[in-house]
Amino acid sequence: MSIQIRSIWNAFRQSPHAPKWLTWAAINVSIAAYFGFGLVAPASISKTAWLPGETTHGHYQIEMDCNACHDPGRSADGPSGSDVMQDACIRCHGEQLDLAKDTHPAKKFRDPTNAERLAVLDAQNCLSCHQEHVPEQTLTMGLTMPADYCWHCHQEVADSRPSHRDMAYDSCATAGCHNYHDNRALYEKYLDDHHGQPDHLKLASLPLRSTAASLSGVFRPDRPLGIDEADHPPAETVDQRVLDDWATTAHALAGVNCTHCHGGNNDSQWSETVAMESCQRCHAGQVASFQTGKHGMRLAVGLPAMTPDQARLPMHAGRAHAKLDCNACHPGHRFDTQFAAAEACLRCHADDHSLAYRDSSHATLWQDELSGSGAVGSGVSCATCHLPRIEGETGIWVNHDQNASLRPNETMARQVCTHCHGLEYSLSALADPRSITSCFGDAPTERIKSVQMARAWFEQRRAKRETLLQTP
Amino acid sequence: MMKLNRNQQLAAAALTVCALLPLAALPGCTSSEASSTPSGGITPQQFADGVHAVMMADRTVYATHVVTNLKKQDAPVKAFEYWEDTENSIPLPAQMFRMGAELVDENPEAGFTYALRSKWPLNEQHQAKTELEQTALDYLSDNPGENFYGEEELGDQKYFVAVYPDRAVAEACWSCHNEHPNRGDDYPEFGKDDVMGGVLVRVPI
Repeated sequence: MSIQIRSIWNAFRQSPHAPKWLTWAAINVSIAAYFGFGLVAPASISKTAWLPGETTHGHYQIEMDCNACHDPGRSADGPSGSDVMQDACIRCHGEQLDLAKDTHPAKKFRDPTNAERLAVLDAQNCLSCHQEHVPEQTLTMGLTMPADYCWHCHQEVADSRPSHRDMAYDSCATAGCHNYHDNRALYEKYLDDHHGQPDHLKLASLPLRSTAASLSGVFRPDRPLGIDEADHPPAETVDQRVLDDWATTAHALAGVNCTHCHGGNNDSQWSETVAMESCQRCHAGQVASFQTGKHGMRLAVGLPAMTPDQARLPMHAGRAHAKLDCNACHPGHRFDTQFAAAEACLRCHADDHSLAYRDSSHATLWQDELSGSGAVGSGVSCATCHLPRIEGETGIWVNHDQNASLRPNETMARQVCTHCHGLEYSLSALADPRSITSCFGDAPTERIKSVQMARAWFEQRRAKRETLLQTP
Repeated sequence: MMKLNRNQQLAAAALTVCALLPLAALPGCTSSEASSTPSGGITPQQFADGVHAVMMADRTVYATHVVTNLKKQDAPVKAFEYWEDTENSIPLPAQMFRMGAELVDENPEAGFTYALRSKWPLNEQHQAKTELEQTALDYLSDNPGENFYGEEELGDQKYFVAVYPDRAVAEACWSCHNEHPNRGDDYPEFGKDDVMGGVLVRVPI
């Protein structure tokens, strides 16, 4: 055997084409190694070669971690080729759908009489409507099926809602009237309750944050600390400016000392940097929600922090490599929430909507609040709309998932806009691309009809009930 | 005898015991003719009878001791269709019933589903959805006091279907239904003990 191999090798060496064959073999081995390494490598750019197609805007941040969606080992039911991705969807989006009072949850279709409908459109599988890596068929909100999908189940809607007669089935969810999942701001009673509101409400103000009440963990605000009480280890040199900044913050006011965040006490080593997990000890809700948005979702799956150079929206070049962690928006030792609310965003974001903000009436109100000429809660910063103040079990807290109110954007109408605007105006503005681009500097050109339609429907019902009551 | 899975057997056994006590003691907004359920052998019919007895007992308690009681006291809290976004509101009896059914739907191991159905549904979700369901509702109308039992196949799965009459036994029930703006032109004027619809229990076999 070895003699045969040696003779083949000798013949190969004497061949005039040997160098070409060697080159060919080396190239092939290199290609195989490149793709092979991509298969087994940890989440990194090495996996780019295995992407089957462009990932949607909601998932591309974590596309290098194939296992975030494809790892069967993460399924509680064990490996299963058919439901692995469904499990991955629910892991990240299940709670959001619960909060949104999902109007089409999978359980709604467990009634066996839906069997025929499910055969046409499997509404129990997220992937029926939201496939990945198929950019050529992906619409807004990651929808990958024709926009007239409502027709399959609601083709007789005009029988019970005559006002819907002759409406196009691809307009149900694209005209500010309905969503498949989140209809909290769009269902008939909410619309009717907010009928007749002026565009600008007289009492326009945001709810105030319950900062202390929304803290998590065992820490609770203690007595205020003075600059002389900073407990950093004596061996650590701390810049006076850092101490001055800290002393002006709510942290010092609440008794949060250096070692609470940097360690260096009996339990831990001193660290110059502060990990997100340290913030999470007291701000669990904020950190958890940060990790479900585009800013923090890479951290949630163990990837390095998102940086603006990876964004698909236009960003300022100077901030290309800024790491998006807690400190990105709450920098230094001031943790200035007013800075975080607008200037921090505008340092990076350079799309038309963001660039238009400074000239908007919202920005004017924000400046008035900052200068003290406007009441607290009357200003509108970026955070006002994109990091909404949510009523939770322990009071008002700030949702740090800046995408939560955009899935879809009508969510923002109920959570944010209606603090200051009428519902019809809010929905109309959110459905108007021109208005969005100008950061709502331009009033909506068309009015959403759903509020009027809901009022007419309830009036018909009231009239019919009156008639029934008067009938002997 | 058709075999039931372990969950179904446990549910039937436990629910049957629980069901008989309240049914014996409490009058309700609706009544049914759930057959007496022996605690021994478990057929799909007995299983359906058992779970139906429990759901009707719960519904009866809610309708009479919560909703009607609030109304009698002229309390500020009222049963209202849009209770989720309205202060001082609680779900209507039919909504409470449907929410229970949805919770069961969330559990793939529950082994059965249930729902309200009517020939005159105020909520279009409650209209008959299969031929067998339509047959069952006609049967309940034509045969007062009897239950309907049958089998049907949906999506390559065979089901045992039991439908029990859903009766109006309290004035609040039929008055609210009779005055409801969603009623169609053919809606009957319901009165005491009329069959307003059916409670459907579906068990895979």
